[in-house]
Amino acid sequence: MSQPATLTGKPAVTPPASAYFFEDRQDPEEAHTLTVLVDNEPGVLARVIGLFSGRGYNIESLTVSETEHEKHLSRITIVTRGSRAVLEQIKNQLARIVPVHRVTDLSEVARERNQEKPLERELALVKVAGRGENRLEALRLADAFKAEVVDATTEHFVFQMTGRSAKVEQFISIMQPMGLVEVCRTGVAALSRGAEAS
Amino acid sequence: MGKEMTGAEMVLQALRDHGVKHLFGYPGGAALPIYDELFQQEDIQHILVRHEQGAGHAAEGYARSSGKPGVVLVTSGPGATNMVTALTDAMLDSIPLVCITAQVPTHLIGSDAFQECDTVGITRPCTKYNWLVRDVNDLPRIMHDAFTVATTGRPGPVVVDIPKDVQFATGTYHGPDGEGRSSYKGYEPRIKGDEQAIAHAVELMANARRPVFYTGGGVINSGPEASQLLRELVASTGFPITSTLMGLGAYPASGKNWLGMLGMHGTYEANMAMHDCDVMICIGARFDDRITGRTDAFSPGSQKIHVDIDPSSVNKNVRVDVPIIGDVGNVMGEMLRLWREKAPKPELKPWWNQIETWKARRSLAYRPNADVIMPQYAIERLFQATKGLDTYITTEVGQHQMWAAQFYHFDEPNRWMTSGGLGTMGYGLPAALGVQVAHPESLVVDIAGDASVLMTMQEMSTAVQHNLPIKIFILNNCYMGMVRQWQQLLHGNRLSNSYNESLPDFVKLAEAYGCVGIRAERPGDLDDAIAEMISVKQPVLFDCRVANLENCFPMIPSGKAHNEMILPAEAESEAEAAFAGGKALV
Repeated sequence: MSQPATLTGKPAVTPPASAYFFEDRQDPEEAHTLTVLVDNEPGVLARVIGLFSGRGYNIESLTVSETEHEKHLSRITIVTRGSRAVLEQIKNQLARIVPVHRVTDLSEVARERNQEKPLERELALVKVAGRGENRLEALRLADAFKAEVVDATTEHFVFQMTGRSAKVEQFISIMQPMGLVEVCRTGVAALSRGAEAS
Repeated sequence: MGKEMTGAEMVLQALRDHGVKHLFGYPGGAALPIYDELFQQEDIQHILVRHEQGAGHAAEGYARSSGKPGVVLVTSGPGATNMVTALTDAMLDSIPLVCITAQVPTHLIGSDAFQECDTVGITRPCTKYNWLVRDVNDLPRIMHDAFTVATTGRPGPVVVDIPKDVQFATGTYHGPDGEGRSSYKGYEPRIKGDEQAIAHAVELMANARRPVFYTGGGVINSGPEASQLLRELVASTGFPITSTLMGLGAYPASGKNWLGMLGMHGTYEANMAMHDCDVMICIGARFDDRITGRTDAFSPGSQKIHVDIDPSSVNKNVRVDVPIIGDVGNVMGEMLRLWREKAPKPELKPWWNQIETWKARRSLAYRPNADVIMPQYAIERLFQATKGLDTYITTEVGQHQMWAAQFYHFDEPNRWMTSGGLGTMGYGLPAALGVQVAHPESLVVDIAGDASVLMTMQEMSTAVQHNLPIKIFILNNCYMGMVRQWQQLLHGNRLSNSYNESLPDFVKLAEAYGCVGIRAERPGDLDDAIAEMISVKQPVLFDCRVANLENCFPMIPSGKAHNEMILPAEAESEAEAAFAGGKALV
């Protein structure tokens, strides 16, 4: 710990150490879809989002809407990514929020029921502008993806398409060269498969 | 049946209904309707502080020492933002606080009005829950919810933000048991632990050869019965026990199974026992980084049992084998019952022999000095002078705090108030105010440092106004000692901005506040000066001039495990060498 002096008489600057313990953890990460049932009152969504940003968790997708009006219950669906330990923390931290009724890990439920994935759908509105061959090609592709035309002029289409996120991604990237103008996506809505509640 | 009243009246009525006797606060424009109501009643005493942060820490001290929630009333804007440190402190140490903040009238919210801030937005991450009351008819329910949420489950701070027009508006008040009952169906803290998990834990304990109890602030939060059960559990099992900073006093320091505090500045025997144990029983503690050292080398050979009321504490930092979610008192009661039923007799003799060899290293030893007061010696003398009295201790944050934890020995819970999680310098003085309010006849001593105490020094004025004879025992070394220690040990002795030049004369400062100043400069003067401090029935600033460059050991250095502690003997030579090198630079 003593300060070594250099030949020029200037003390050598020792590299600092820290009283915190740095650890490099590289546990494998997985994406999970969580559904959170909350009392619909002001600030709940801010608390959920704040939890994710404050504790450094990822949000890949988030949707929220009141689903049981008489009981003032809202359902928040979150797609998040993390190691198993972090995912467990996320669920416990969410469950700790006072107006949260229930946190369900739909990916875990699917695994328990020997299903590949929970039922997950997304809706996208995709605006494409162009004329001539591109325009026709866009329409043909939309048809192949079962996307619906919800708005059109001679110069543009707005397609509405629903499906799994991967399919939505694919549709958008295919529309890119056809004159894609802008995209709006709802984020993932999800339920467990089968007759029982999640 | 509901009763018609104004929002401001409802606040006072709700406080009465929840048994509140004391309120710490500071008025301001938006809070005036409530202050007007306070003026016209005598059930609730308001303690006027000098800065809102002081009100928050005072309420924390009040809560921690009495087991009741601490209640704070502040105004909008700066009143609320000044509370943020205290709220965060209470959040990290799980202290029940109900903080009422006034807000600008609802029609001005969002207009950047005078003394407006987004209080619920700012305090969201540092409260267990918070509410903005937009309708006076919601106020009773929210007030009752505030007390329920703050005091049940894992306790914590809550904020109720009440716009001025809501304080003036008239509505119907319902008591906590009637229609005012909580509407949170999802909020049900788990009290009873899982029976199978408890049975599994007791099985592990019965077969343990090298067990250790590691307990924390959760035992104190659970109430005095939990501390009693812990004592019985330790006595029945014969296991050694260590505790975090926050848990001191739950098991008596004079108890024969006590190993001392663990962690970064814990005893050698406590940390070695944690490292080498085969069964660890963690009760109401949370595997904080100051406790574990590097987690990949933390107690590698043990099966870990973790009892906690908060599921999010489990498996957060350290993977445990047997998690038990529930109130620690309840779970310990069940553990004790099963243990007595089985009546196992684990062979612990070799383990205790091993522990004795660690104890023999005398990890808290320091070099006595006949001319200069050693800080450890000062606390030892303070302990000797006050242990027979009805004493409560608070601290600031830094070296003095660690020495207080090491050298002041607590035999009862709720006697030790310190900022553990957040590490808030300036906590101890206002916390002492709160303790003294809760225990007017007791001796309340803030073991302070010269740097920390200046952060909330203005509260001495509060102490004088309210006749709160708190004793501020300042270990004055003219440094931010812990900062300097880290700079010496970790930053090549580059003492960047850790020297407090131009400290005030604390004796004159005491006199300026209208309290009593005492100074001790030589070890020989110390006992008499302490005796004088205790006998004075006024607030005291005690300027205890201690060795300037003493460091706090033992210490787990950076990136090291529990079994790689620096002990005082080796540390002394290292620190001295480091400092000698440093002096050459000046």
